[in-house]
Amino acid sequence: MTGVAMTGGPMTGGPPPAGHLGAVLRAGQFAVTAEIGPPRDADASCIARKAALLRGWVDAANVTDNQGAKVRMSSLAGSLLVQRAGVEPVMQLTCRDRNRMALQSDLLAAGALGIPNVLLLTGDHPRFGDHPDAKPVFDLDGVQLTWVARTLRDDGMLMSGQSLPTRPRWLIGTVENPFAPPTAFRARRLAKKVAAGAEFVQTQYVFDVGLFARWLTAVRELGVAQRCSVIAGVGPIRSLRVLEFIRTGVPGIHVPDDVERRLRGVRSDKVAAEGIELCVETIQQVAEIAGVSGVHIMAFGFEHGVPEIVERAGVGPTARAGRSLALSAGNGAVDPACSLEDRSNAG
Amino acid sequence: MRGERAGQGRPLPWRPRLPARAAYALHALLRANVLYRRLAEAVERHPRAERWFTAGEQVVKEQLFGCQMCGQCALPSTGYACPMSCPKQLRNGPCGGVSGTGQCEVYPDRTCVWVIAFERAEESGHGRDLDLMQRPVDHRQLGHSSWLNYWQGRDDSLWADVDGQADRPALTPPPRAASR
Repeated sequence: MTGVAMTGGPMTGGPPPAGHLGAVLRAGQFAVTAEIGPPRDADASCIARKAALLRGWVDAANVTDNQGAKVRMSSLAGSLLVQRAGVEPVMQLTCRDRNRMALQSDLLAAGALGIPNVLLLTGDHPRFGDHPDAKPVFDLDGVQLTWVARTLRDDGMLMSGQSLPTRPRWLIGTVENPFAPPTAFRARRLAKKVAAGAEFVQTQYVFDVGLFARWLTAVRELGVAQRCSVIAGVGPIRSLRVLEFIRTGVPGIHVPDDVERRLRGVRSDKVAAEGIELCVETIQQVAEIAGVSGVHIMAFGFEHGVPEIVERAGVGPTARAGRSLALSAGNGAVDPACSLEDRSNAG
Repeated sequence: MRGERAGQGRPLPWRPRLPARAAYALHALLRANVLYRRLAEAVERHPRAERWFTAGEQVVKEQLFGCQMCGQCALPSTGYACPMSCPKQLRNGPCGGVSGTGQCEVYPDRTCVWVIAFERAEESGHGRDLDLMQRPVDHRQLGHSSWLNYWQGRDDSLWADVDGQADRPALTPPPRAASR
């Protein structure tokens, strides 16, 4: 596996980001990130329980921002709780619910609270969330938000032109969907985000490794992979119901026919195991592709399964340290009240 | 859901009714020059004339492009498919929710306007335009005539060119482009 260290270019401008994920990526090690969805209530302990399941197995965990356009605890508060629980957060921030003033103030808050990573995205439209009657904001788009963040951090300047005596220090991430039309433009869209200031990118679920590799080739030819670490999105499909849901119910996810055939080809009580096996194989395949710097495991409501996936794939901090933590059988399931079933495109 | 209608504040992905080549040709006719600048200055001196001029622009561009009257027209850089007709009003390219067949995530019966923009720009030899970095919209310009703005040079900093390896362009446009 060839982790591309981010050298030169944009990294030289501002203060070095302070987090562990940034250090792993800069060192060219294979990073592993996962996702923690905040609860739909004011329960702080739920996040701590999820973080405890991931601690030691991942380099950082994304904290989602009203995932699937459904109201949850804010990603800023969630990130703080994840950090307190001993896992490095990646605070997601979307353009759906905030105008440019609120986006900047949340970015400053993240800087003040020592959140080491932010992930900036456009966000799902509210129309298919739990508040379809809400006003969609989209004052900025994902490229512009990335541009704003980099300007805040490296130029110490608000959009208004006012200067910041104290600058935030987070690492700047973004997302891309290599599989959505116009596919011939997707590498170029990432190039715009990198020109705007993104230092790492997490992709939509990779189920079609060949298509992903072709996109990555285009990204490398644009000189983008040398300036931005590419982290491939993966996740287990654990039932035929979920397969059907992500094929038809979630915008922007591409499941090729051979994956579908494989999952439908096993006994119904074996689908979950097959889905996990497929996820492990996908991680191992993308890790072999030049220019892939890590994987991002999206396993909502299945946080307790992430250690097994990570261990079987032989990646992550534990594998790097050469340790073999015995998987404790007592990891068990997250209690249903704080499990999340919403999957959604990263926008 | 009830019949969808486009209108100000209600963007709907819009397939332009004017072929890309015709739109580029029209732009050549309307290209900023000193005569258009004088015309624009004269129109703006008379509020009633400005209202009529703006209303005319709105009728034409709504029909042709699903115009939202943002007052800072990106059409010349997007294959003449209006990015403000995207339900998320994204000015830098498509979101990640486009379906495998190129349909909009929010209105699945409509083609994503960025899929349309990409096809039109590529086919007419203007594909590189989509790599331009589009600056954030100035919402004070909503409802104003973008032609009057364009002819008077107020649109000069709507986007920035970026070479793949070059430094990040300035987010804030130079002072000259300050809005009125």
